[in-house]
This record gives sequence, C-alpha cells and structure tokens, in this order.
Amino acid sequence: MVEQSQNSPSENQTQQSHLDQEIVSVESAKAYWHANLRLLGKLLLVWFVVSFGFGILLVDWLDQYSFFGFKLGFWFAQQGAIYVFVGLIFIYAWRIHNIEREFGIDDDDPINPGEEK
Amino acid sequence: MTTQMLTYLFVGLSFALYIGIAIWSRAGSTKDFYIAGGGVHPVVNGMATAADWMSAASFISMAGIISFIGRDGSVYLLGWTGGYVLLALLLAPYLRKFGRFTVPDFIGERYYSKTARIVAVVCLIFVSFTYVAGQMRGVGIVFSRFLEVDVNTGVVIGMAIVFMYAVLGGMKGVTYTQVAQYCVLIFAYMVPAVFISIMITGNPIPQLGFGSEVIDGSGLSVLEKLDGVLMDMGFSAYTEGSKSTIDVFAITAALMFGTAGLPHVLVRFFTVPKVSDARISAGYALAFIAILYTTAPAVASFARLNLVDTVHNTAYEEAPEWFGNWESTGLIAWQDKNDDGIMQYGAGAAMSPTKPIFTDQIGSHGQRVLENKPTDSVNEVYIDRDIMVLANPEIANLPGWVIALVAAGGVAAALSTAAGLLLVISSSISHDLLKKTLMPNISDKQELLYARLAAAVAVCVAGLFGIYPPAFVAQVVAFAFGLAAASLFPAILLGIFTKRVNKEGAIVGMLIGLIFTFSYIVFFKFYAPELNSAEYWLLGISPEGIGFIGMLLNIAAAFAVSKVTAAPPIEVQALVDDIRIPSGASIAQDHG
Repeated sequence: MVEQSQNSPSENQTQQSHLDQEIVSVESAKAYWHANLRLLGKLLLVWFVVSFGFGILLVDWLDQYSFFGFKLGFWFAQQGAIYVFVGLIFIYAWRIHNIEREFGIDDDDPINPGEEK
Repeated sequence: MTTQMLTYLFVGLSFALYIGIAIWSRAGSTKDFYIAGGGVHPVVNGMATAADWMSAASFISMAGIISFIGRDGSVYLLGWTGGYVLLALLLAPYLRKFGRFTVPDFIGERYYSKTARIVAVVCLIFVSFTYVAGQMRGVGIVFSRFLEVDVNTGVVIGMAIVFMYAVLGGMKGVTYTQVAQYCVLIFAYMVPAVFISIMITGNPIPQLGFGSEVIDGSGLSVLEKLDGVLMDMGFSAYTEGSKSTIDVFAITAALMFGTAGLPHVLVRFFTVPKVSDARISAGYALAFIAILYTTAPAVASFARLNLVDTVHNTAYEEAPEWFGNWESTGLIAWQDKNDDGIMQYGAGAAMSPTKPIFTDQIGSHGQRVLENKPTDSVNEVYIDRDIMVLANPEIANLPGWVIALVAAGGVAAALSTAAGLLLVISSSISHDLLKKTLMPNISDKQELLYARLAAAVAVCVAGLFGIYPPAFVAQVVAFAFGLAAASLFPAILLGIFTKRVNKEGAIVGMLIGLIFTFSYIVFFKFYAPELNSAEYWLLGISPEGIGFIGMLLNIAAAFAVSKVTAAPPIEVQALVDDIRIPSGASIAQDHG
C-alpha cells in the first residue's frame, strides 16, 4: 500500500480560513457536539419506534386497533412512519440550527456576519 | 388525437425540455461537472434528489409488487424512506462540510489512504452499475409498450438523451433536468391515482381513499373488501404478512442503511451552499418522495381490487382491450385449463415454468397459445407485477392523455436515475481513479475532459446492459442496497462519529462487509438456488436482508482492527473535529 498526502495545490480550496476556526473554542465545540448527540439520540429513538417498532415488531398487536379505516399497525407500516420521517428531518434541521446559534457556530450568512448574530 | 399520437407528443415534448435545459446549463469546470458549482438552492436540490432517487423501480414496479404481496410490501416503503432520516441526521451535513466532490474523496481523506479510496470506488461502481442496468431496461419497456418501437431502439433513444445532458452538463445539467423530471413524474403518478381513488372510494386523495369505504354499497372499507375477496380466492389476506418478522426487520434495515449509503444520493448533498442547507434539503427531498411513497400503497390496493373485479370470471372474448394489449407484450397470459372460455384467477402459479413462453398459434378464443404446462391450481392467469402502474389508467378507463402522461412519467423516472448514477460512476473514475491516484498532474480542463469521456463510456456500457440484459440484472438491483449498507454506509458513519477508527479498520471492515454480503447473495441466488429457503438461511434472514448483518460485521471488524493498530494521525483527528462544526463551509463557495 502506498500512502501519500492527498493535498494537491490545484485542488479547489475547500478548507476554511484560519480566522474562522479560531472563533470556535475547543470547549464550545465539545459542548455543541454533545448537545447534537443527545438530540440525535432522541430523534433516532422515534425513528426506530415508528418504523421497526410499530411497523414491524408490534404490527400484529397494533392491528387489533382500528384507525380511520385501517388496522393501526398496517397504517404505520404503509403510511404513518413515512409522515413521521419527514417531520423528524425538519425538526432536526430546526432544533440543531438553534443549538448552533447558541454556541455561535451556525452558518448563517457568512458574507455579512454582522447581520444575523 | 389517438392515444398513440398523444404519447409521442408528451414524450417528445418532455425530451425537448430536457435537452433545452442541458444546453442552457452546460458545465464549464470540474466543479460544475461534479457538484453543479455548489450553489444549488435546497428546495431545488430536494426536488432533484427526489427524481434521482425515484427510479423506474419506484415508479413502475413498486406499487405492483406491493399489490401482490400486501403488507410484506412495507419493507420497501419503510426502507426506501427511512434511510433519508439517517442521511439527513447522520451523513449529509458532515459530508457537505467536508466539501469535496465524491464519496470516495471522503473515505480516501478520512482514512488517509489510497487503498481505502480505491476500495470505495470499487464498491461505488459495483453498486451503481447493477442499479443503472435496470433503469435502461425500464426505458426500453416503456418505449416498447407505449410507442410501439422495439425495446432496443427504446434503449438507444434513452441513451442518446442521457448522453446529451449528462455528458454536456454534468451535475449542473443533471440537477436542472431532474427538477423537470420530478415534476413530470409526480404529475404522471398522481393523476391516475386520484382518478382511481375517486372511482373506487369517491375520495380524491388516494392516501385517504386507502382507508375509506368502497362505493359499491357494501359498507366495507377498501382493505376489508380486499382481504375478503382475496381470501375467497385462496390468497392470503392483504393486510397480513407472510414473511417472518426477523426477515422483514433485516430487509427493511438493509434497504434503509443502503439508501443512506448510495453514492448517487449522497453526492447530491455536496451541491448545496451550506451545511444547514444540506439538512433542510434532505427534508424537502423526503417530502417530495413521500408524495409518491404514500400514494403507492393506496394505488396498490386499488389496482388489486380493480384487477380481480375485471379479470376473475370474465369470458376472454369479453375481456377489456387492455388485456389483449398487454398480452401482446407478453406480460399477461391466459391458459384455459378447463376449456370454458372464462378466465379463472386465483392463488398459485398458473403455469410451469411461471413466466409464459408463447407459441405462434392463436387459440380458439383468440388468446396466444402457450408452451408452458398447466399446473394443478385453479388459477389460469399470469400477470406480471410490473404492469400494475402502467396498465392502471387503461384498467380504470381513463382518457388517452392520462395514458400518455404515465408513459412520459415512466421515462422521466428511469432517465433521471440513470443520469445520476452515470454521473457518480464517471466522477469516481475521472476524479478518484485518475486525478487522485493515477495521474495527479492533470489540469482542471483535462480532468473535465476525462470526466466527460468516462460519462460517455458509462452511458454506452449501461446501454449495452439494457440491450443485452444479463440474466441476473432483475435479481441484483435489490441487492445493490445490501452491498451499499454493508460497505459504504459504515465507513462514512464511523468516519464522522468516531476518531479512533483508522485506515486498517475501515479497509478491513469494508472488505468484510462487501465480501460476506456478496458471497451470501451469490450462494443462495446463483450457486445453490435450490437451498434458497428459510430453513437454510443464516438466522432466517433472506439474501435481500443479509446486508444488515454485513453492516454489523463491518462495524465490528472496523472497531476490532482499529483497537490493535495505531490511531489515526493528528491531522485526521483535526479533520473530524472540523467536519463536526457547521460554520466555515460556505467560504469554500467563494472559490467557485
């Protein structure tokens, strides 16, 4: 195996400027990451419960209940879980953006940083 | 105007639109070609992702499959949507922050290894080619049925169109044509769905009609009626599953994790301006996808009810026109076992072998005569699952323009996915294989030329697969997900959420996941198909679901190997810290 540095000078510059990195302290980066993991944990729990839980593992038990003309488990498996999925992504996008603002590491309007913050 | 002419008109207009967009959005740099310049609006990207994602399989086959397997069809609905939650929460924002061009780019840099990059390229090409072959075939089928041209001519026309906008426009051309294709395909899917929902339940919203009462005065809901009718005919109830719970669980998981690991979907999130845009864009993508995915199961139940009503106990000579149309394409067949001239439809295979083999003769009622031997079951009718969506407008007696629209929609679905796949194949060759590995000194212009050449070659290879479909294509498309779940998904996930997993761990993990999953599938599908039943499967998991186990093995191996080898270098750990913080990514755009 031949390994070498992957950076070539003609590559599109995608690393951010040093100036930007200095604004974020190590502690706030860590605190942000933990807040993010906690939020992810909660949302993924919901993701698991509505799909693998209600739609697969508990489907026969839920099917005894009726829901707008559907058996409930069947509805989760073929309709409900999908609606919840869409909701989860938007909730995450909204909640994490607030958390980022709190820690001052959001990506709002980088050209005029004075405006948003 | 005849339906035939309308179809030519609709398909022709949609092609003119795609080509117009391609000319308008030509790519001028590798950045345009790989990631559309990086300035795509999140809603636009969401729509393009939805078209990229919804293939001929989603548009043509999915409702048909659900229609025949009922509740077990949930694996596709859950698997192919739930993966977007993982994508939006766990992968897309970080890959956008990383801010390069391809998925192997990330794996190569995070695992500081050319070997890891090459392994990722191999996984990517393998996954994408199995998938693209099915798309080209889908284009051919739509052409042969609706435009009455030869399947192969259809494939060649499809290739020419994709060639125009993928090779000229790259990601930029593909993005904007995919937006147009999304509009065409979703409109084409919803119009017949709304009509059929009104016809059967009186409710114009299919998702609600799905749970409503049938308007035949019986007072039964759609699903109750369907369960009853099917059980009378010897089928199992529509709302009951027949697969084991563990198998349903594993297949759903393999499809979900595979969806999140598919390179042609991931790369779409490299095209938006900001990290927060990547997240919101995934939300829009899933919302656009959910419109079709919540309609499909409703269409599936309506179509099944409709089909049973129309076909069962109907004299062949009185069968509606569509029956004969589809019989002539070979997707429907009837074998009059009891010589009464009436079609009996029921459970079990109608003939042996299952797929019809036609002779040139015409039977006493005008049907095409079959070589197949009749089976013992009462069922006399063979119906290919793929026709449910395509034949639906005809079954429901909808006007000619709806039928024409569905043809244009089917072609849009197949072309948009094919273009997205061809693009990730070509960029992984020109960027990861040539620029980053074999010929690091080429200029941006040369790299762009190679990207176009690679796209052109990939289009031709995909076309050949469409014209000479290898017998295994239909069987392996579903397995592309298992392979993506077992190889790429864990490598990306661990690359973001751990700093400890190193190049040795990632390479061994990817190889174990890929080889294990691949061998299991090949063993049961090709080497010993006679053993392909639950009693021989590992833990009762079918080859469709084994990617989930492959993924777990990949993760376990990556951790174990990383533990006994050196930690990643400090720069790589800093890279991981950096991609976890959303701010700063936008500055990269200023260099475009």
